[in-house]
Amino acid sequence: MAHPDVVVVGAGVIGAACAEALTARGVSVLVLDRGAPASGTTASGEGNVLVSDKEPGPELVLAQASRRRWPTLLAELREELGPVAEVEWEPKGGLVVATTSVAAQPLADFAAAQRGAGVDARAITASDAAHLEPHLTKEIAAAVHYPEDAQLQPVLATTTLLAAVRKRGSEVRGAVEAVGIERHGGSVKALRTRHSTIPCSAVINACGPWSGTFSRAAGAPIDIQPRRGVVLVTAPLPTNTVRHKVYDADYVGAVASGEADLQTSAVVESTQAGTVLIGSSRQRVGFDDSMRVDVLRELARKAVRLFPILADAQIMRSYGGFRPYAPDHLPIIGEDHRLPGLWHATGHEGAGIGLAAATGQLLAELFTGQAPHVDPEPFRVDRRP
Amino acid sequence: MSFFCGIGVCHGCVQPPLTVRACQHIPDATPAAIPHATDIVVVGAGPAGVAAAKAAAAHGASVTLIDSAPLLGGQYGRQAVDSPYVGIPGVQHLPNTVVWAVEPGNRLHLLSGPLDAPNRVASVINAENLILATGAYDRAIPFPGWDLPGVHTAGAAQALAKGKRLAVGKRVLIAGTGPFLLPVAESLVNVGSRVLGVLEANSPTRWARGARTGLHKIPELAKYAAVLAKNRIPYRTKRTVIAAHGAERVTSVTTAKLDGDWRVIPGSERRVEVDAVCVGFGFVPQLDLAVASGCVVANGFVRVDSGQRTSVAGVFAAGEITGIGGADLAAAEGEVAGTVAAGGTVSREALRRVHKGRMFAEALAKAHPVRPGWRTWLTPDTIICRCERVDHEALREAVDLRGATDSRTLKLTSRVGLGRCQGRMCGRAVAELTGIPESVRRPIVAPVRLGELCEGNPA
Repeated sequence: MAHPDVVVVGAGVIGAACAEALTARGVSVLVLDRGAPASGTTASGEGNVLVSDKEPGPELVLAQASRRRWPTLLAELREELGPVAEVEWEPKGGLVVATTSVAAQPLADFAAAQRGAGVDARAITASDAAHLEPHLTKEIAAAVHYPEDAQLQPVLATTTLLAAVRKRGSEVRGAVEAVGIERHGGSVKALRTRHSTIPCSAVINACGPWSGTFSRAAGAPIDIQPRRGVVLVTAPLPTNTVRHKVYDADYVGAVASGEADLQTSAVVESTQAGTVLIGSSRQRVGFDDSMRVDVLRELARKAVRLFPILADAQIMRSYGGFRPYAPDHLPIIGEDHRLPGLWHATGHEGAGIGLAAATGQLLAELFTGQAPHVDPEPFRVDRRP
Repeated sequence: MSFFCGIGVCHGCVQPPLTVRACQHIPDATPAAIPHATDIVVVGAGPAGVAAAKAAAAHGASVTLIDSAPLLGGQYGRQAVDSPYVGIPGVQHLPNTVVWAVEPGNRLHLLSGPLDAPNRVASVINAENLILATGAYDRAIPFPGWDLPGVHTAGAAQALAKGKRLAVGKRVLIAGTGPFLLPVAESLVNVGSRVLGVLEANSPTRWARGARTGLHKIPELAKYAAVLAKNRIPYRTKRTVIAAHGAERVTSVTTAKLDGDWRVIPGSERRVEVDAVCVGFGFVPQLDLAVASGCVVANGFVRVDSGQRTSVAGVFAAGEITGIGGADLAAAEGEVAGTVAAGGTVSREALRRVHKGRMFAEALAKAHPVRPGWRTWLTPDTIICRCERVDHEALREAVDLRGATDSRTLKLTSRVGLGRCQGRMCGRAVAELTGIPESVRRPIVAPVRLGELCEGNPA
């Protein structure tokens, strides 16, 4: 192909969403991944499209925009691509429960604040919760139903976005490692890969947990670190064993925490294949992916506390991955003031699937000079902490 | 679901007509004891593991021998349910025990008790020296109808016949490649099946060439030839089962003559009425634990040096996981591993047996390869992944439409290999069909219940 306008580094959900939004606006892109497309952090997540776990603030605004964007985007892609755009989209709703009286009031306060920010957060009784989730523990001190929460299958979603990118004449290439940027007059002139140099006017850093490393190689460092997570997968269970995304109210605290030590919180949901996914753990251990049974054990204990019926469920596999963690818990979306032509779209931590649709749209709007649909200021590279 | 490994690898072996699991062995009421620490831990009590345990004990080491079966012998020596238990003096034998996870530092997490039992006992053992002898299981090749009840792996049929005296059918055809098909025929005859034939997909000339390197020296082969003759069981070469038919279960199969690449020779198809089929196309090494322990795998097998040391300090490997070579080679490697792990000096005799065994294994592999033509037997709707019912067409779509280029994205776009067996049954076939290398990384080495995880006490 002729030289692309933009090289997107990283073919996970964020890179794919950026590439989709750019190509939809007529920008030609080349999407590179050092491994296989959609095989890194994207392939390690549960596919959360959540508003329930976000406190009022810029990330919630982005999450709300993305929650609106996903179904529209998928409908557009179905129109354009046909059945390949089937991504197991499921607006199943979320259920957050407090299992102790101590956790009840903070959950109620949190939900009230979210309602003030436009989130559909419905405080429900324990019997309502039991109606929504018949197998849920009876030990419910408080529960909030979030009808807006949704789920999709992240690898299907990403490969769909990339299929659209290809269909529009742009290219996606795996097994190409980006190692730096060449400058001309202080701006991006080309992307250097391990084996070649690709002339381009802009590079998008969508390397997820590895975007800190790439930003340093590019000469414009950003602070993104890996935060490990593990998910347990059960053998297929009877339909409707778990109907919503159900999690313990302490999840919000674990997400918001910056601790390096292990944080776990029960997050339980089923998939269309009948398996139940059990998360979530957060641990800053670099890129160490070794087996840690204590992590699995904590996840199991908390999941069984939420759903006692799961005690008999067999775990078939576990998978782990690394979230791109930003110390202030906000994604970085936009051009780097230090190196014009270098853009970042990273730092979404565990919310990248959900935030991808709006992130791609916002980046493409900024890139093409359109009016941004959400305020980009809080996501700037040079924001003040 | 019908097709299963028969030896506890695929976790999908409920057999409605038989109401038993070939891999579950017998319920064992003996309460599992919490193991005490030993110098050496051996995982797998087949020929390799037993030889390793014996050698290590003979060199003065304290040894733990872990196996998922209640009795020693592994699949090779699969003992009948009423055989007397024979232990190895001085060795702590943990029967009915699976290693479901291994953490850095060879920390093994065990569950003891029958796989289906609700009250398995959890324990942890730190293995300063670990000998992996986890063996192999039947290699399956998908073909139209292979997922019908009544189609079995040769290993499962063998396990049911030898372990439980159960016949998989009355009119049975055996197909595949390799000498292992012969003892399966014998086992089936012994439990009253009428074996309609043994179909060897490779050619007798390859056998003959192999004979020069020692294949003819297997005394067992002469014995099996006599069994075939006595029971008038035809032995056909260059022919195999290319499709199974039936509504509820298999009622007939199509066999066909194959060319040198295993493509069907047109016009050679024959329909044969059967009520069961056994297929075996060689073996797949059971690498999960070795990979989870961090051992380097090269060309599909655990890489070992002349002392059976793997790439991980303190971890040894012996038997089929280092190369498919049969019981004699496995036992020889086990002896070397056990001796070296215990700090002893390996005898020249043992090394010579390993060398000879490897020559034999090479000849065996050359004589009984799986040829690429099997892929032409498939139709678009042939099931490839038995657990998730992913067909050939869906696999192609994942590659062609979704651009899957590695095993993780292939799985997550097609669901291939994501079911109960985690790709252990279909992994090889999928890799050959797509050209995408198989991933054998499975940190959860055997299924574990959430309740068991909750209760487990990390010592």
